[in-house]
Amino acid sequence: MSQYVLVVKEDCETCRLLASLTKRLIDELDITIYSQDNPEFPAGVPVIDDTELEYSFNHRLETVPTLLKFENESGLTELERTEGWDRNEWQRLTGLNFLEDLPAFRPGCGSKTLDPGMLDQLAVKFGSADLEARRLAIEDGEDEIEACYDRGWSDGLPLVPPTELRVVKMLQGTRRAPSEIIGNVPPDYAPCSVLKVAVNAVMAGCKPEYMPVVLAAVEAALLDEFCMHGLLATTYFSGPMVVVNGPISRAIGMNSKGNALGQGNRANATIGRALQLVIRNVGGGKPQGVDRAALGNPGKYTFCFAEDETNSCWDSYSVEKGFDSQDSAVTLFAADGVQGIVDQKSRTPESLCRSFAAGLRVASHPKMVMAADAFLVITPEHERVFRDAEWSKTRVKAELESLLQIDGAELVMGAGGIAEGLPDKFADKVVPKFRAGGLNIVRAGGGAGMFSAIIAGWGASGSMGSVPVTVKVGH
Amino acid sequence: MTMVLMDPTAELNPDGRMPLPKPKSLNGLTVGLLNISKPRGDIFLDRIDDLLGQKGIQTKRYSKPTFTRIAPTELKQQIATECDVVIEALAD
Repeated sequence: MSQYVLVVKEDCETCRLLASLTKRLIDELDITIYSQDNPEFPAGVPVIDDTELEYSFNHRLETVPTLLKFENESGLTELERTEGWDRNEWQRLTGLNFLEDLPAFRPGCGSKTLDPGMLDQLAVKFGSADLEARRLAIEDGEDEIEACYDRGWSDGLPLVPPTELRVVKMLQGTRRAPSEIIGNVPPDYAPCSVLKVAVNAVMAGCKPEYMPVVLAAVEAALLDEFCMHGLLATTYFSGPMVVVNGPISRAIGMNSKGNALGQGNRANATIGRALQLVIRNVGGGKPQGVDRAALGNPGKYTFCFAEDETNSCWDSYSVEKGFDSQDSAVTLFAADGVQGIVDQKSRTPESLCRSFAAGLRVASHPKMVMAADAFLVITPEHERVFRDAEWSKTRVKAELESLLQIDGAELVMGAGGIAEGLPDKFADKVVPKFRAGGLNIVRAGGGAGMFSAIIAGWGASGSMGSVPVTVKVGH
Repeated sequence: MTMVLMDPTAELNPDGRMPLPKPKSLNGLTVGLLNISKPRGDIFLDRIDDLLGQKGIQTKRYSKPTFTRIAPTELKQQIATECDVVIEALAD
């Protein structure tokens, strides 16, 4: 025999219409009635109080009234349900005849579980028990922002306190299970769950819709070839820079245009910060701890931007790396700060490439070669010079590569009166500034300003240290 | 109302805020002696000062203007920059 459940609320005209039926339902069916608002409604029949909405939440009610039919032979399995009042449906589900009782059809009302903000609160109340993270009570009178500082979670700036409600909302930004382990985060190599990423994303100020990007960034950081442990532990300046390609960068409103490398955009600012907080809090990587940076750089708070793919004459970075233009992808690069290149006069690609090469030549040190990779961020006004001359990105790179073949005599120790340099055996050789594939180009920036930017990388770029990594953004 | 936060760390350390580790030895450290200005605090600190001095440990003396209020920020900053540890005479 089937069992039935009817969920109602008094504050619904259709439910009140059905109240006259409930006596008959109780008499003729094995039925339990739950009320979302008034446990005295419907009057005269046994009603279970669901004003806490636990039953309604656990059974994902969307409408009242809802009639649920269960099979009870092997435990209670829901067979089907009908929402609102549809006489034919009710007759089919119950086998009863309601011909004379009520109109043929009346829509129901929204379940109280769907009141604004309610679902998140119920998720905390009834659905967060399986969220495996230690709970810390902040007592009355204790300032929660200061409490986050006191526990050592902050990068120096205020954090959004990671309440259960905020974390549950953040987890709605991904379809991945909270308990899924993404990998082990250096330097402690502590297992990092989707949940821990969400907690840190809350603290960083992320919106739930950023979660897929944050998760991809953390995954990328944990790839062996990115060498996050070494990047953290180095005395060098570098930290992870995040470049986002594909539709998600536009969907979540990332800035790829004016001031793309600067402040002011929530997604740019908080995604990069969330990655750093995961390394700090889950991995345990802290300045003057395992982070041995002599100076660091301001990008270690956050360094994240989107490539401007709209109306570009070039393939984007991720397309160059083999991803589809409709894929979203996250690239991580072990980056120092930003070095500007000003060239307001060049109108030919040959001249502009010479400007770029002169700037790139001094990255890290004018005599340091084959050590640090670099990203060249080309703005639209500089890109226009190449567009007008129909130069592909490949051609620009090839031109730069040929301009950055350096006479070893200029690079050896002592040359130019500078002790720093290569061993003497390079004196009669020609040495490229960058390793093969070590110079990358992305397009970003505002429409006015003939400026581009060099972002040089860790002095241990390449297979001996860190190479840029690109990961597809999932859900 | 008590606010509950979710721990963002790998939970390798105990719950709650930990005091700084105690130094294994005072050798080579500077010890601040803070009198909160309650009666006879000076007698206690004079004796501590004497005992530390016999061991060759450097001390510096400080006083709060009044025990009825928390220490002025300037005094806390001065102690933090000049000393490694502090002994505070709390009661009379």
